[in-house]
Amino acid sequence: MNTIEILGLEKTYRVGFWAKRLKRALHPLHLSVEEGEIFGFLGPNGAGKTTTLKLLMGLVFPSAGSARILGRDWTDPEVKAQIGFLPEQPYFYDHLTAHELLNYYAQLSGVPAKERSRRVESTLQRVALANVQGVQLRKFSKGMLQRVGIAQAILHEPKVVFFDEPMSGLDPIGRREVRDLMEQLKHEGKTVFFSTHILSDAEALCDRVAIIHQGELRGIGAVEDLTSSVQGKVEIVWQGTQVPASMKALGADCHVTGDTVRAVIDERQQDAAIDALRRERLRLIALTPMRTSLEAYFVERLQRAETTAGSTV
Amino acid sequence: MNARILHIASNTFREAVRDRVLYNLIAFAVLLSGAAILVGQISIDIEKLVVINLGLTAVSLFGIVIAIFIGIGLVSKEIEKRTLYTVLSRPVRRWEFIVGKYFGLAGTLVVNTFFMAIGVFAALFYVSHKFVRADALVLVALYFIILEFLIICSLALLFSSFSSPLLSAVFAFSLFVIGSFAEDLRGFAAITHGFTRWLVTGAAYLVPNFSAFNIVSSIAHEQPVAMQLVWHNTLYALFYAAMALSGAVLIFEYRNLK
Repeated sequence: MNTIEILGLEKTYRVGFWAKRLKRALHPLHLSVEEGEIFGFLGPNGAGKTTTLKLLMGLVFPSAGSARILGRDWTDPEVKAQIGFLPEQPYFYDHLTAHELLNYYAQLSGVPAKERSRRVESTLQRVALANVQGVQLRKFSKGMLQRVGIAQAILHEPKVVFFDEPMSGLDPIGRREVRDLMEQLKHEGKTVFFSTHILSDAEALCDRVAIIHQGELRGIGAVEDLTSSVQGKVEIVWQGTQVPASMKALGADCHVTGDTVRAVIDERQQDAAIDALRRERLRLIALTPMRTSLEAYFVERLQRAETTAGSTV
Repeated sequence: MNARILHIASNTFREAVRDRVLYNLIAFAVLLSGAAILVGQISIDIEKLVVINLGLTAVSLFGIVIAIFIGIGLVSKEIEKRTLYTVLSRPVRRWEFIVGKYFGLAGTLVVNTFFMAIGVFAALFYVSHKFVRADALVLVALYFIILEFLIICSLALLFSSFSSPLLSAVFAFSLFVIGSFAEDLRGFAAITHGFTRWLVTGAAYLVPNFSAFNIVSSIAHEQPVAMQLVWHNTLYALFYAAMALSGAVLIFEYRNLK
């Protein structure tokens, strides 16, 4: 079942003094996110990630298109009771303590009065902020505010959580904790949609990712599918220090390390390479399809987009 | 009242209190006690008149300054600081947010006025050593001042829903000044002709008629207040505030929060 369905959402702003010039922040976007997925929404700064999230949260209005969350229209207030949202670089009412802020949000989210206190305490513990009672948010560090932001997003136990750059402002330990938290949310059956430009986080966490650039979707799919589709190379490792001439003739890029040789060849030459090793009676140790990193895929998609844009000018 | 509106209102009130808005009460207390002591020494028989005039004018001015300077930031500050994002991504409707903010600010001003009223009565008691029946009229003047605040708050919120804090302050304060001379504007409209008459009459009835709420002078002279005026002012203030608030809601409902 699709938890999030974005059906051609697009956003065009009027800019300039007389608001006559049109600036397209988001081209018609179609994508869906399945229940229980961790979905990464990737793109460089200014790509349209935050615009998409703001559209989904009803903070800006689309120029066209619609969306469905949990099978209902995304503007339905009942839907909002089931979603959590962490904005990019969140800022909160700094006259409140973390406890008071979460209590306020729990009230707005309709958490029953009897449960509120327990829910606030447990959420603060979950984001490692249980020991800052009585301290106003104006005295919090950036990392602590990010934790408060995550806490307010999960406080009311939503079914879908939207995080906009959740790792922003966190130190390596904090980032690790957020990654763990997102995995916990997935195990609890929640759907996580998060935007980031930190590709290692996306690669480590996401079931699927979408890449957006200049307001347009440039690629979408499972991380393994996207990363294996780029190169089509295989790595062959055999015992010995000898590199057969027939292997070199296949265009293999060979490196001798100790008593093994590692060669990278085109996937189509795989059978011929194995035959060459057999003929030379060399012992094959491993044959592994090579995957490119998500970063390489990301850069390739962006470069392709730039090239396409350049050729159409 | 809708629970969400109540929660937003109480948070707005708490913010005002923690931002030390009620500290103005100290300045008010100093001003009033200083004035009471001073007039007690230099004036004969008019101490009460001076205390009522000064006290009620100070209540009005302090409140208006608070209403404008908090009101103009109520929405724009939330947009600028993006605190609004985590509120509106919850099951909170935009109109509930505006109305909640309005009640929060109005509540702050009512509480502020309540404490100032205690100050005014304390000063009155200090200069006349007793209360008389006519002193109850001060309560009517305070009630009118609160009605005035309800209008100012709604206007500040209206301007805050589409413009910057600075411009909102200019608009709200200008409207307050023009509104204080609304009766004169209506008188001026009556002596003009043709298109100008339509224009000035329209403007005179569009601006809030604050002059109708100013009964400080007559109260100081212990003149009674007609019940009809109380009803008229109450209905006028509620209607005007509701209209301005509806305007704020209408603008905010369609505003993109970039």
